[in-house]
Amino acid sequence: MKIFRTLGSKLTVAVGVIALVTIAIFAFFNSRSDNKNLLAEVERHANQLSEAVKSSTEFDMLLNQRDRIHETIKRLGNQESIQRIRILNKAGQIIYSSDTTEIGKAVDKKAEACTMCHSASEPLERVGIKDRTRVFRVHPDSGRTLGIINPIYNTTSCSSAACHAHPKSQKVLGVLDVTLPLAEIDRAIRQGQRDVVLLAAGAFFALSLIIGLLVRRWVALPVRRLVEATRHVAGGDLNYVIPEERDDELGMLARSFNNMTQRLSEARLQLVQSDKLASLGRLAAGVAHEINNPLTGVLTYSSFLQKRTKDQPDVQDDLKVIVRETIRCREIVKSLLDFARQSVPKKSAAAINEIIARAAVVVENQLSLNQVRLAQELGADVPPITVDANQLQQVFINLFVNASDAIGPDAGGGTITVTTSRLKLSPIGITQVKQAQCPKRHSLINAEVRIDGKPSIRVRARFEGNEGFIYRDPMYGLARHQFGIAPEPGMDVQVTCPECSSALNVHGSPCPDCGSATFAFEVPGKGMVEGCTNRACTWQRWAELERLGDRDFVEIRVKDTGSGIARDELPRIFEPFYSTKGQKGNGLGLAVIWGIVDNHNGAITVESEVGVGTTFIIRIPVEP
Amino acid sequence: MTARDILVVDDEQVITQAVVRVCGAEGLSVDVASSAEQGLSHLARTTYRLIISDVMMADIDGFAFLIELRRRHVRAPLIMTTGMSTMENAVRALVSGAIDFIPKPFTADELLAAVRRGLRFATLQDEAESTALDARPDSIAWVPPPPQYHRLGYASWLATEVSGTVKVGITDLFLRTIDGLQGVALAAVGDELLQGGRCATITTADGLEHGVLGPVTGRVVEVNDAVAAASAVIERDPYFEGWLYRVLPSELQYDLLHLTACSSDRM
Ligand code: HEC
Ligand SMILES: Nc1ncnc2c1ncn2[C@@H]1O[C@H](COP(=O)(O)OP(=O)(O)O)[C@@H](O)[C@H]1O
Ligand SMILES: [Mg+2]
Ligand SMILES: [Zn+2]
Ligand SMILES: [Zn+2]
Ligand SMILES: [Zn+2]
Repeated sequence: MKIFRTLGSKLTVAVGVIALVTIAIFAFFNSRSDNKNLLAEVERHANQLSEAVKSSTEFDMLLNQRDRIHETIKRLGNQESIQRIRILNKAGQIIYSSDTTEIGKAVDKKAEACTMCHSASEPLERVGIKDRTRVFRVHPDSGRTLGIINPIYNTTSCSSAACHAHPKSQKVLGVLDVTLPLAEIDRAIRQGQRDVVLLAAGAFFALSLIIGLLVRRWVALPVRRLVEATRHVAGGDLNYVIPEERDDELGMLARSFNNMTQRLSEARLQLVQSDKLASLGRLAAGVAHEINNPLTGVLTYSSFLQKRTKDQPDVQDDLKVIVRETIRCREIVKSLLDFARQSVPKKSAAAINEIIARAAVVVENQLSLNQVRLAQELGADVPPITVDANQLQQVFINLFVNASDAIGPDAGGGTITVTTSRLKLSPIGITQVKQAQCPKRHSLINAEVRIDGKPSIRVRARFEGNEGFIYRDPMYGLARHQFGIAPEPGMDVQVTCPECSSALNVHGSPCPDCGSATFAFEVPGKGMVEGCTNRACTWQRWAELERLGDRDFVEIRVKDTGSGIARDELPRIFEPFYSTKGQKGNGLGLAVIWGIVDNHNGAITVESEVGVGTTFIIRIPVEP
Repeated sequence: MTARDILVVDDEQVITQAVVRVCGAEGLSVDVASSAEQGLSHLARTTYRLIISDVMMADIDGFAFLIELRRRHVRAPLIMTTGMSTMENAVRALVSGAIDFIPKPFTADELLAAVRRGLRFATLQDEAESTALDARPDSIAWVPPPPQYHRLGYASWLATEVSGTVKVGITDLFLRTIDGLQGVALAAVGDELLQGGRCATITTADGLEHGVLGPVTGRVVEVNDAVAAASAVIERDPYFEGWLYRVLPSELQYDLLHLTACSSDRM
């Protein structure tokens, strides 16, 4: 589980950090502009204030009523929101101040109140509000203070006043300097910053939580299932299946995982099987050698004695038993050896197009007798298939010869067209169950009752004292079963192996279509096939087959312009010895073809129209 | 050099004694060797009409023994026998040049039938040789199968047909090694034949049964009614009228690897 935790938490942390950084950047710019706005507000307020001071003292200044000015400034300056108000003259002297102790003190032109106009070589006459304000600290550890300067200009009324006229050339008479404490605003700003940090942290945690949950749901759980599955598989349980309920990449992964385990289990089964066979073969060989020698002594002597004591009936009977039983032993050992006998595989990957070309060469002369042209339209994308090349060559030789016969010598020629292509087909309806077993490995295949010519799968059914056989259609999906006994839907039908009476019922899994009892048998190496006991129900399931999905087939069509086959003849042409050619034919060609195609798990069909021609269609699965 | 009837080579004493007992009762002289080496030293001193050899023996196995015999120009026909009584071994024995194969355990009659055929074979071989020496072409000992046929040992033949089926029959030489053919028991249509497995059983007047090892693996699609009705037709025309089965072979190309092309018999 550790790996998910890390994967999940890594994702969560990554997303959280990204969110955190985003929020921080946003908060930084947001609070900066907030601060600026606040400060601008204060500036505006300070400017208004200083204008108010100026205008309320202007008149008194004109009249040079210093006491009233002192009074006004002191009154205003004592307000809570104002730190200090003072008026400086050009000499840098503080003429008025709300702080009476500093009146008369001098500052020089370098003081903050003066620098804004006097920092350049030529003093500025007018400055904007921005340059008139300044934010500073009185002491490094005290709160911030905002100062605003308001120059007192030499107005006309001023220069022309009788009392204390200023020369006209003087443009600036003095400076009104108002300072406001910023403590209040700074608190608000700090408050705002705290809020932003809290918000960011909250968002970070909330986002992380949500992402964490989603990651858990969408990634960690499916991945955990995968790892769980790999652990099962590693532990040897190849039948473990991950539920495939999603169609994202992880769902795809689960699907391919399931596919892989299934292939693995098939391969392992084959391996186990072949391993079993190989060791059984060695065992059988050893047993055969060890047992057969002493058995020879018994059998030879007893049969020899039997020959020589023909006139002693009492001994004869005893000897007969010995001989019979020894021969029985011989048969047992022989069947052991037969069973262990592994046939050498004769199938190999071959290019069907090449096989056809070779068959064409073989029949060349025969076709030219009837002036038959053989057109080969061989698909370039036809994959190699696992076949017995010699057998398949025989198939095409027989088909070409038949086609040539059907065109005949009198038609003045004709054409055989052989086409190859690849196609994908659903396995349902075209896959034959060729092996079926009970849990004790008895074969359920029954060659006596055939359905559409193919051996059926026989099981015994029992219900309410009745007993009989059900013959299942070996073609999966067609459900043309034959019932030797007809249970009603919903009855408690016991299905067993006809040989050993092993139960085949699948308990607790009623038919999804009709609710009747179901049963299952094994197709060795290819999973279980389930079926319904209800005669009227066609439900069946071969999960392994359906999981594999559509299969690749190679299709070969052999089309001729010959006589065609009458409708009522069609069902018979594959029968051995069925021939319409009298002495010329033996009626085995198509029977041989049928056997070979069947041997390759393929299917052959025929389409024909009298007077127009015949097409034989062969489909062989690419994977055997 | 002395002359005896039979040399039996087997590392199991119970087998050699059984052979001595059964064949001795028939008036045949039998020598015993418990190993191939011992068998070879017997052969240096004595000529035998027939050799019976086991396959699995300690020092030299039956197949190597057979090769050694041919190298030493020992003409006596050899019957192979083994406890590993598989078709493969039967085929291998015949392909290697043994005239017959008897799987263990065998009954006294089975042994006797094979021994009688083997002795007849030796006689026919001698006759053929003297015919060749005398250059009297009118008295041919036996008729080999037509050149386009294939044969398994000297027991059975196979002829391929255009449709992909094969015809199966018994060779003339085999029929001549049995004395007084009375009947043939045949497989039925639909039966599976195995190459090296018994495909037919011939009964003879002496009450013995002679198994014919089949040349091909496949399903019987047709049985020759003429033979089923009157087995004498086999003797009269073993290669055409007297065919036994038409078989749908399942592994023909593979089976052909173990057969001898009859065209090579004439060279
Ligand atoms: C609004 C801009 C402004 C401010 C603020 C200002 N002055 Fe001036 N100052 C001027 C101008 C313009 C002149 C030149 C014309 C004049 O004399 O009015 C001047 C001239 C002067 C002069 C006379 C010229 C000279 O060199 O004799 C003195 C002294 C002076 N200022 C001192 C100060 C002092 C001290 C302060 C700070 C308390 C100050 N000023 C603040 C704009 C300013
Ligand atoms: N291409 C074809 N066109 C018309 N009829 C055909 C064709 N192929 C087969 N048949 C019919 O099917 C019968 C059986 O064919 P086959 O099994 O090959 O035996 P044979 O060729 O020896 O008669 C033929 O006799 C013929 O009537
Ligand atoms: Mg034909
Ligand atoms: Zn069973
Ligand atoms: Zn039940
Ligand atoms: Zn149902």
